[in-house]
Amino acid sequence: MAADDLAVDRRKFVQGVTGVLGGVLGALSPLASLVPSRAWAVEMRALSNAQGAALLAMIHTIAPHDGLDQAAYALVAGALYKDAAASPEAAQQLTAGIASLGADFAQAAEPERVRRLKTIETAAFFQSVRLKTVLVLYSNPIAWAHFGYQGEAFSKGGYLLRGFNDLKWLPEVALAASGPMPV
Amino acid sequence: MSKFSLNDEDVVVVVGSGAGGGTMAHELTRRGHKVVLFEAGERQSLASFSQNPGAAFAQLTWLEPRTQSGTWDPVKSSPTMPAWHCRTVGGTTVHWTAATPRLRAYEMKARTTYGDVPGASLADWPIEHAELKRWYRVAEKRMGVTRRNGNPGMPASNNFKVMYNGARRLGYKRVHTNFLAINSRARDDRGFCIQQGFCVQGCKTGAKWSTLYTEIQRAEATGKLDLRSASLVTRIEHDSAGRATGVVYRDAEGREQRQKARFICVAGNAIETARLLLLSESGRFAHGLANSSDQVGRNYCHQLTGFVWGVFDKPVSMWRGAVLAGVVEDENVFNPKRGFVGGYHLELCALDLPTLPLVGLRYGWGRDFASIIDNYRNMAGLLINGEDMPRPGNRITLSKTVKDPHGLPVAHVNCDEHPNDIKLRAHAQNQGRRIYEAVGAQRTLFSETPPATHQMGTARMSADPAQGVTDAHGRCHDVPNLFISDGSVHTTAGAANPTLTIVSLVLRQADYISREIAANRL
Repeated sequence: MAADDLAVDRRKFVQGVTGVLGGVLGALSPLASLVPSRAWAVEMRALSNAQGAALLAMIHTIAPHDGLDQAAYALVAGALYKDAAASPEAAQQLTAGIASLGADFAQAAEPERVRRLKTIETAAFFQSVRLKTVLVLYSNPIAWAHFGYQGEAFSKGGYLLRGFNDLKWLPEVALAASGPMPV
Repeated sequence: MSKFSLNDEDVVVVVGSGAGGGTMAHELTRRGHKVVLFEAGERQSLASFSQNPGAAFAQLTWLEPRTQSGTWDPVKSSPTMPAWHCRTVGGTTVHWTAATPRLRAYEMKARTTYGDVPGASLADWPIEHAELKRWYRVAEKRMGVTRRNGNPGMPASNNFKVMYNGARRLGYKRVHTNFLAINSRARDDRGFCIQQGFCVQGCKTGAKWSTLYTEIQRAEATGKLDLRSASLVTRIEHDSAGRATGVVYRDAEGREQRQKARFICVAGNAIETARLLLLSESGRFAHGLANSSDQVGRNYCHQLTGFVWGVFDKPVSMWRGAVLAGVVEDENVFNPKRGFVGGYHLELCALDLPTLPLVGLRYGWGRDFASIIDNYRNMAGLLINGEDMPRPGNRITLSKTVKDPHGLPVAHVNCDEHPNDIKLRAHAQNQGRRIYEAVGAQRTLFSETPPATHQMGTARMSADPAQGVTDAHGRCHDVPNLFISDGSVHTTAGAANPTLTIVSLVLRQADYISREIAANRL
């Protein structure tokens, strides 16, 4: 399933509300079945609108996947915010780190954002945002659907009869080097 | 479940419930011995295994930090986690991927075959390969290994089709769906593999052999097993004659307890086994229990690993199917013309999202990094598993800086790569790359060295008591009623994933223990 196939018929990505990154998935969107509820919002009360936008832009620059729904990126920002809300040190690192991105980071073109991130690549702030991006961005069903990853299959009876051996662009394996289907 | 008294001097204490300890508990209980089996982790079940990779990792893994030093990758890439193994009933057999190759004869004569490799503490095993082979057959029957004893091989997955065709085009001959302790058909009261791909999260069908629902269940059925989970053994005690008398442990409520024992089998995985012996220092054993040789903790081997990925322009969907159901065996030979001693396997492998970018790819970010994930469905993968050189300085010691929740020092792991290790890995990476290029890979990728999954050598067997910790039966040279029953006893690493050898040696050790008891020598 390519990103373009995700016919999100009405999606608002709200950055206009101070301190809240939120969005609403249309009821007909295939994504609607993947997220816990139709309405999702990532509250970041302690961050200003500009700070939230800069953080989102940073996450997107670390892992730029064209067509991947912003909801997936907002989950990363939300996880970082949750850490910050739980620890004054993490909060300090987050706000100082966002400041270190420089003015108008979110509005800068991608090459400029990459250039600025390279200058802070070894900083703890960058490292923690990168790690959180990898952990959270690639752990949610929105991203899995985007990349075509099907995840667990125990609940569906495994992949035995659902394509574990459906590759046709190479010759089949000799039976002596493999084994029979158990069913 | 049976409960034995803390003061019962007739029980056998087994520390650790994985491949070694779980199997030993079954072997002793079925012979009528009372066993108290200690496991630091909690008990899970087929029903409680999580199908969320992150949650499963947290549920099963030994997460307590260790400290590290040395030149190998995990010092930087995973500083608190040099090794990835389990802390749960069933030990690492809960998350293992069940590859069960045998050691080859040349590997058990490493010192003789390879000669004097500077900087390496190579030694020959004190056991003949022919004898171990007899026990391999017993273990393979017990575990239901595919392609042995009439058990069919696994059917070929998409990921294996890529490996197989590429390897055959390179001229490799011994390429097949691997020897796996996974049911390729229903047997042993367990069903067949449904190719769900979540081996590492705990096999929810139980098709994969794990002591959790085979050996330990059968031990419980004898009425002779007292399993104490969430209980960490912190010390082995001894009497004035130097015989082990029992263990000190923290029970599930965190209270310190003492369990008496007739004899003790330690199977805590090579890092924790060494740590426990070192923690058990005493006036008589000032440098750690059973450590008059100063070999406890040394010669730590973990086998050389690393991922090779091929990125294609067509789908592979590598996540579908048993994770390690494929192997190229041709490089598991002694051939110094390659520029190194020791051999390696190339084993089929896949990683889920998010594990692929966490441990399977080199550090990266930005467009190039993202483009790899964009191609996730078009990736095929394999894992190098090669012999690493034992070194006296590659060792487990007690951390000087970090303590566990009980106030005891955690394990410190020092690991410096030997020049032979570096050459072997480079050769293996290149052959992996060539396999994928032979079938049209657009791009190939190597990983850093992930945390170690195969721990060995920290209480190695030796014929000469000055050269190792235990004799050829895993019985400590210094303490006659103390046995080591895990990969710690492996004299050298070889290139075979260690679990089959661990189980085989434990079956042999249990047989020896029976004979010693019958002869009144234990």
